[in-house]
Amino acid sequence: MTKHTIVALVEDRPGVLNRVASLIRRRSFNIESIAVGHSEQPGLSRMTIVVDGATTAVEQVRKQLDKLIEVIKVTDITEGRIIARELALIKVHATPSTRSEIIQIVDIFRAKIVDVAADSMIIEATGDEEKIDSLYSLLKKFGIKELARTGRIALLRGGTVPE
Amino acid sequence: MKLNGARILCESLIKEGVEVIFGFPGGSVLPLYDVLPRYPQLRHILVRHEQGAAHAADAYARVTGKVGVCVATSGPGACNLVTGIANAHLDSSPVVAITGQVARPFIGKDAFQEIDITGITVPITKHNYLVLKADEIAMVVKEAFHIAGTGRPGPVLLDIPRDVFIEEATFEYPEKVELHGYKPTLRGHAVQIKKAAKLIAESKRPVILAGRGVIISGAYEELRGLAEKAQIPVITTLLGISSFPEDHELSLGMMGMHGTAYANLAVDGSDLIISIGMRFDDRATGRVSGFAPHAQVIHIDVDPAEIGKNVRVTVPIVGDVKNILRTLNKQLEAQKHLAWIGQVEEWRRAHPLHIDHDADKIQPQYVVSKICEVTQGNAIITTGVGQNQMWAAQHFCYRKPNSFVSSGGLGTMGFELPAAIGAKVGRPDETVWAIAGDGGFQMTIQELGTAVQDNIAVKIAILNNGYLGMVRQWQDLFYERRYVATPLSSPDFVKVAEAYGMPGIRVTDKSKVVSAIKKAMKHKGPFLIDFVVEPEENVYPMVAPGCTLAEILDDPRKKVEFKLKPRATSNL
Repeated sequence: MTKHTIVALVEDRPGVLNRVASLIRRRSFNIESIAVGHSEQPGLSRMTIVVDGATTAVEQVRKQLDKLIEVIKVTDITEGRIIARELALIKVHATPSTRSEIIQIVDIFRAKIVDVAADSMIIEATGDEEKIDSLYSLLKKFGIKELARTGRIALLRGGTVPE
Repeated sequence: MKLNGARILCESLIKEGVEVIFGFPGGSVLPLYDVLPRYPQLRHILVRHEQGAAHAADAYARVTGKVGVCVATSGPGACNLVTGIANAHLDSSPVVAITGQVARPFIGKDAFQEIDITGITVPITKHNYLVLKADEIAMVVKEAFHIAGTGRPGPVLLDIPRDVFIEEATFEYPEKVELHGYKPTLRGHAVQIKKAAKLIAESKRPVILAGRGVIISGAYEELRGLAEKAQIPVITTLLGISSFPEDHELSLGMMGMHGTAYANLAVDGSDLIISIGMRFDDRATGRVSGFAPHAQVIHIDVDPAEIGKNVRVTVPIVGDVKNILRTLNKQLEAQKHLAWIGQVEEWRRAHPLHIDHDADKIQPQYVVSKICEVTQGNAIITTGVGQNQMWAAQHFCYRKPNSFVSSGGLGTMGFELPAAIGAKVGRPDETVWAIAGDGGFQMTIQELGTAVQDNIAVKIAILNNGYLGMVRQWQDLFYERRYVATPLSSPDFVKVAEAYGMPGIRVTDKSKVVSAIKKAMKHKGPFLIDFVVEPEENVYPMVAPGCTLAEILDDPRKKVEFKLKPRATSNL
């Protein structure tokens, strides 16, 4: 597996994201995505970083992140049984003649239409990267106006939390 | 007790045992300077450029084992610290740098002398803080000293806005630090130590590679105990110099690009490397893919991120070197490696370090060896970067623990003089020699003024060859002697020193070298000697870039070219 999912619990302070980003840049780590938000613990955020293991020494990423004072805990959860999701918003070109075909595709992917305008629709989709990728490629022929993806967030399945 | 931020800072520094601050004032830190006279325990040394303050604090920290402190104002003052902070970062030196910042309402407005120094120093500090309230200062200082001085030491920067220095708050110094994200591992894993002991017992051709971690940890006795008990030759990195006495029969000196041939050949031929508090820097390993091809590696370091970063490790042990060696030594049986040590001695006899005693001109190596002779090795040596540094590393016999202060990681020319000032202030009873090149010396030459103003009795030896010598050497060896931008005209260094109020002499005659050194030693205050040396002398031996340690080149004038045939030793 070349894509590694690294989860970091970090202090929710100004500059933390800058420190993490600076470290990733400075050590030439190749990352696919980084997603940050509040965690279950007040004052702490959880970062999910997807690293390309083919071009980057993942163990170095974990250890170097761990050296940052404001990083509390870093875990590579790739080997565990994980639930990984990302959210995408896709603004697609839609005319009265293509609208129904788009709706069918959206249904198949269990995505949602969250906005409709005269010549476009916004679709909200949740899933792993492959699902978002294939939805995107099916919608491409209608003309994609904009795409926003959150990047992966992930948790271990079951009651366990990373050591 | 209500105090303003500046006083809270001073009180906190005193609580941390700070005695000396190297600094340079300016608008944003003026409230701090204004209260300094209230705290005579805090000796302030005025430098001539903030880089000098950071280097002096760095060297002070290295020779005392305490945290060094430097101060600068906002904007250019803070920027001028950057090289010094980076230097401390790469050499794991505990420094707390305090910078003034523009007042809080001006932050982010591109105000006069405003710069985002916390942003700038993110990659070159262990941690940094922008302190936005006076009542945070005490806790931040407590944390900063804890972070700087523990685990793998490093610089921490505190950026304090002008109005925070003035703001009043209740001063109460915290008893302890709670940092959930910072808990250095100090005790080595017992199972790993056991594995290491087993590897050492099985090894036929072991070597110890000792780095600065031994010095930081103060593990001199433990290192010596390990080497003597298991009869293992000890090789140091550049910054590991003076972790092990170089007059010891098991000492092979320094490894790497300009290490001794016998040290490099021993590393290359070894079957086990016990690396202690070192990080396999490229200047030490040579081409890493061909590094020590037959060796298994035990890597002891307090920083887990160093393990496996550059070379593959058989047995990693994370923790404090001293702790780990104590446990390890107990588990070892006495050993002998007669055949191996015999081989190493053969290399040592065949490829000694070379000084051309027949030359008419002063040889730079000769100068260094005479400083060693006159001081009887009883001095702290600071160096610049380049040829002077390598000769200082090679030709002074370091017998005393922690007596070599050099810019290893960053390779900062001009480090020698401010470092000597910091070292002399930290250890006033020691003789401190700064060994300089004529190029690098001019990068921090203004610190002559600092030494004179505070009568800091550093002795300066300039190895003046009229070139940026190490660059010229590379042009000589790899660019067909095209000496582009390396010939260097310099001022009359003696006159410059005298203009600053420091006596000095220029030495052009080999027969005057020793008497000049003695004269400098006899003089009570700071003293400068400008040694006019052989202009095109090269540093040998040398592992050329891209070569392995076995492909080390000896001085061509010795007319003994050699390369190790690695397989030949594997039957030992």
